[in-house]
Amino acid sequence: MSEATREVDGNLVVTLAGEIDLDRAPEVRRLLLDSVKRRLDVLVDLSKVTYIDSSGIASLVEALQWAKRRGTDLCLIAVSPEALRVFELARLDKVFAIHVDLDAALAASR
Amino acid sequence: MSAAANTAPDAEYLVELRFPARANRMVMVRDIVRSAARFCGFDEPATRDIVLAVGEACQNVILHAYEGRGDGPILLDIMESADRMILRVTDFGPAVAPTVVQPRDLRDLRPGGLGTYFIQNVMDTTDFGRSPSGVGNVLQMSKRKDSSP
Repeated sequence: MSEATREVDGNLVVTLAGEIDLDRAPEVRRLLLDSVKRRLDVLVDLSKVTYIDSSGIASLVEALQWAKRRGTDLCLIAVSPEALRVFELARLDKVFAIHVDLDAALAASR
Repeated sequence: MSAAANTAPDAEYLVELRFPARANRMVMVRDIVRSAARFCGFDEPATRDIVLAVGEACQNVILHAYEGRGDGPILLDIMESADRMILRVTDFGPAVAPTVVQPRDLRDLRPGGLGTYFIQNVMDTTDFGRSPSGVGNVLQMSKRKDSSP
């Protein structure tokens, strides 16, 4: 499990990794909400996520709602097949903007 | 093995597991479920779905049956029959009203409430109720070996 946050072209890139479940969801939620509070668009890299369940999804939905209330955006990049399956099941692949990689997300934000 | 025997007379035990209802045990439990699903011959997408279903079922127990106290046990029985994998999650908490674990409307965008929806959508059968012993709740679910995600 590892997490990293970095700023790229005025966006905040948050990389999540490993298994995001009930045990880890609180720290992921805190990281995402802290990122949203910085009032930059947040790009969440899910390429290294090997498992995510409803508690992890809930953290992302809450962060998206916070971002929208603050007038910023939160989108997903490089979503792993494991994570994409869960987003599709919840039909959240239509709610979140999902980009194939960081370059595509940056191009879309320009 | 009452309920499983009723639904699949040829079911054989693969795993019988007892663990505390604590979130930090779930990585280990999911590893065991993943191995069992592969043993039954499921491909990786189906295996991931089965792992997700068990993870969500145990999460419901941790949050609702034991209300996060972490002091109660969860029993996980994994069985295999000729045509399906059967998984049973048992707790010893108070009765959980079916409405508590009912899936919500996906159009209602809010955090939480998706676990039961996931279980019902990735498994072929789900049956939730009180334990035959009168103590605790039982969720039995199965997935056909020929079903695709």
